[in-house]
Amino acid sequence: MIRLENVTKLYPSQTRPALSDVSVDIEKGEFVFLVGQSGSGKSTFLRLILKEERATSGQVHVAGKDLARLSSWKVPALRRQVGTVFQDFRLLNNKTVQENVAFALEVIGRPRHQIAKVVPEVLDLVGLKGKENRKPDELSGGEQQRVAIARAFVNRPMILIADEPTGNLDPLTSVGIMRLLDRINRTGTTVVMATHDDDIVDQMRRRVIELEAGRVVRDQSRGVYGYSH
Amino acid sequence: MRARFIVNEIGIGLRRNLIMTIAMIITTAVSLGFLGSAVLFNQQVKVMKDYWYDKVEVSVYLCGTDSGPGVAGSCAAGEVTQQQRDAIRADLQAMPEVQQVYYESKAQAFKHFTEQFKNSAIIDNLTPDQMPESYRVKLVDPKKFDVVASAFSGRAGVEEVQDQKALLEKFFKVLTWIQWFASGLALLMILVSIILIVNTIRVAAFSRRRETGIMKLVGASNFSIQLPFLLEGAISGFLGALLATGSFVLLKGVLVDKILEPNFPITRFIGWSDVWLSSGAVFIIGVALAAIASSLALVKYLRV
Repeated sequence: MIRLENVTKLYPSQTRPALSDVSVDIEKGEFVFLVGQSGSGKSTFLRLILKEERATSGQVHVAGKDLARLSSWKVPALRRQVGTVFQDFRLLNNKTVQENVAFALEVIGRPRHQIAKVVPEVLDLVGLKGKENRKPDELSGGEQQRVAIARAFVNRPMILIADEPTGNLDPLTSVGIMRLLDRINRTGTTVVMATHDDDIVDQMRRRVIELEAGRVVRDQSRGVYGYSH
Repeated sequence: MRARFIVNEIGIGLRRNLIMTIAMIITTAVSLGFLGSAVLFNQQVKVMKDYWYDKVEVSVYLCGTDSGPGVAGSCAAGEVTQQQRDAIRADLQAMPEVQQVYYESKAQAFKHFTEQFKNSAIIDNLTPDQMPESYRVKLVDPKKFDVVASAFSGRAGVEEVQDQKALLEKFFKVLTWIQWFASGLALLMILVSIILIVNTIRVAAFSRRRETGIMKLVGASNFSIQLPFLLEGAISGFLGALLATGSFVLLKGVLVDKILEPNFPITRFIGWSDVWLSSGAVFIIGVALAAIASSLALVKYLRV
């Protein structure tokens, strides 16, 4: 589903590569934690998958496509297959919960009747039934992240990328979010989650890829967080 | 993307930035107004040229009562005689370059002159006898003045051969300068409005970077991300062109038809077809200009 082969990424103004010679293969339906200290290359890893950045060398394959050969007008089609969730939720505060989720479908031109059908379904799935007409600032952090997950998942992507989704949440709320991501993973969606949250990684016991200074130093199935910070 | 959704997004964008939008529309209107006025002015000059060049004549002035031995040149022999008068007329009519010859007597010249300067003090002391009599010669080709001039200048009984076209050319030279000035000003204004549109759309794109960021993330096509901004620009261009057209209609309906036309019967003025022509040009240029300026502004902000 996601394959990096000898990928190096060097940003123009820096001397040390953000990623160097990284090779990783992630299968369909896997749940993968990406761990490592700040600046270890986690975000670059995720940005390469979304084609927000291009690899300096090496190959990146996502959903069967070689991203280096993917022309820029096909990038939107790639991103429709990859849902994304961030630490800061990135919701539109002037729209309601329902409108925030519907927005993702409206801008890719889905018909109105389909939007009316799938938005309530996905809000039900993430546990926000009854809060459809709230604005984001009327919700707790955990609820806002659920809206963001609903928006990322409403188009049924093959891959869900989560960049520190629990970074702004308390431990209890984080557990709820992890249950939700686990549930989404069980529908067959590949989940790649970058995190600093050792408790979560230790509890979930899923594959762990650890980056250090741009290199993969550990790739372990059913792993633990593994280093103190 | 659904039409209603796009319309909503454009509405939000235009309202959020209302003052800048108004500035954008007004600047576009003013610059398009200048452009259209320059076009109309050019049309007016063309109309005047066609009208006057069709009427210009070569005047062959005959020696008058003030002629005599004291006068230098061809009139030293005194006032023109009937014999000379007939010979000049016959020779003029015999020239292949000449289309028609009219005779203007002193009395007629006096009448024309007093009509032309009826509000002026010069005519108070003027008598018909002081006016020159002349032949008004209409040429087949107005440029062939030299042929007539060289044939008749200095001939006994002819005081002067005058080409009205030379007078007109001085006048049109001034008009050409004004034309250049007006066109330059129009171009400058267009440049200003392009800069303003680029800036306005840039601000709009910046204030909506959150939305556009999410749109990119969920896989909206570049076209559908840019379209609301492009349409915002194009709508402003359209409204600007509409205002500019309004000013042309006022220009023609009030200034030309009500003020200039009744007071200056000496020429013809631009018609409504000229107004519609420049309005059409202004609409096309206005909308295209705004759309191009908007997409210029978006190149930096809305890359994949």
